[in-house]
Amino acid sequence: MNEILWLLLIFGIKAIIIISFVMLCAAAFVYLERKISAVIQNRIGPNRVGPFGLLQPFADVLKLFLKEDIVPKNANRFYHSLAPIITLGVAFSVFAIIPFASYLKIGDRVIHMGIAPNINIGFLFVLAMTSVGVYGITLAGWSSNNKYSLLGGLRSAAQMISYELAMGLAVISILLMSQDLTLTGIVEAQKGLKWNIFLQPLAFIIFLTSSFAETNRSPFDLPEAEPELVGGYNTEYSGMKFGMFFLAEYANMAAASAIISLLFLGGWNFPFIYEWLGFANGSVELVLVQLLVFLAKMLFMVFFFIWTRWSIPRFRYDQLMNLGWKILLPLGLLNILVTGIILMYI
Amino acid sequence: MNITKNTEAERLNFWERMYLPEIARGLGLTFRQMFKPSFVRQYPEEKWEPTGSYRGRPVLVAEGNDERCVACGLCARVCPALAIQVQASETLDLSKERFPVLFEINMLRCIYCGFCEEVCPEEAIIMSKDYELVFKSQKEAILGKEQLRVPVEQLQDRLEFLRQYR
Repeated sequence: MNEILWLLLIFGIKAIIIISFVMLCAAAFVYLERKISAVIQNRIGPNRVGPFGLLQPFADVLKLFLKEDIVPKNANRFYHSLAPIITLGVAFSVFAIIPFASYLKIGDRVIHMGIAPNINIGFLFVLAMTSVGVYGITLAGWSSNNKYSLLGGLRSAAQMISYELAMGLAVISILLMSQDLTLTGIVEAQKGLKWNIFLQPLAFIIFLTSSFAETNRSPFDLPEAEPELVGGYNTEYSGMKFGMFFLAEYANMAAASAIISLLFLGGWNFPFIYEWLGFANGSVELVLVQLLVFLAKMLFMVFFFIWTRWSIPRFRYDQLMNLGWKILLPLGLLNILVTGIILMYI
Repeated sequence: MNITKNTEAERLNFWERMYLPEIARGLGLTFRQMFKPSFVRQYPEEKWEPTGSYRGRPVLVAEGNDERCVACGLCARVCPALAIQVQASETLDLSKERFPVLFEINMLRCIYCGFCEEVCPEEAIIMSKDYELVFKSQKEAILGKEQLRVPVEQLQDRLEFLRQYR
């Protein structure tokens, strides 16, 4: 009994820390997005609220809280308010299995740096959760009773179907390499410089492309293509419900970059650093260094996401389908085949 | 009619159809762009100083205590937006004879065309460099003689421009 309470306490604390971390990340990424876009376009970006405009995202969220929450007259009220909850909830729930570092040893107790990183279905959980995420967007599009929202929602669903497959196939080749489904296991298999980005470059490109589509980021941000669809699936949302979609987009981006750095960039592995520092397994120093390495990789991926958004124009709808079904899917299959054959004869 | 290549796939060469090299080139371009200086002027702190050719708020040129205006009414006549109202009166000063008792410009009507300045025979009404025009009410936007008078020393740029190009 005591043991269960202790576990619940630990999980509760970890969940609170990680969820607030993700919220903070989302806010920071909104700021980063605006700053990086400004720098790319030779502007300055937000610099009025707080030092260097750092408080801008908080001011924006405060503004969204104070705004009137409008539900269209003919909208389905229940699903209209359910949709943002699904989207944001799913974006957060992915972080349940993301390990931020290996483990911490206090006495004879081992504390894993993640809410439940050793869950044995591992990556399947991520795939399952991100597929639920599309329900939020599709429901938002349908329940708003607006043609633009509906089109955005439908596009999101179609996009998700065409990319989820390629993404899954890319991951299968990674799982073949690591022989393990848990994210910690996948990271452990990439020790030193055996990162999957070098061993599986094709899978990396497929996964990267799919995660752009998965997070609805440019160049695949068709569900919210402003020039065609007003605001896309969130046209009829205002106030904090819109804010939740907005936060979810950035939380999704954080999740996608975390997963890419875990699967392909070696997670917290970095050549030579650990041998050079020589900290013991499970010590606080080691965990801190691992955390820093992991966050740096994650931040680089977020930067890459934002950088791409301001470089590449949006794909047309048929180009997107073409890319998903005719190029990425066969490439993913080919990649599995080649990986399987090589692994069989090594 | 010698367009033989119609579809996108025919127009692009092999590497361009592979997407990735071109995407990398695009990313490289935006990355280089990040290190270029920005062109932004931080407006309320850094104000823009217009040149003499700028047509801002029309003002009456004042020399000492008097304005140059002789209240001929040409500006009021030519104003396409009917923003100017002039009422003339006589003076004892024989060199000038007439002066405006009332001279009002409705800044909500003014379109900054500069016709009043062009038509003025005395160089008495001139477009200034003043572009920060904010009013709290419609009444406040009707500027009287006192608000319109600007000493001639401050208008040298515009006067020089007019002498050169008019």
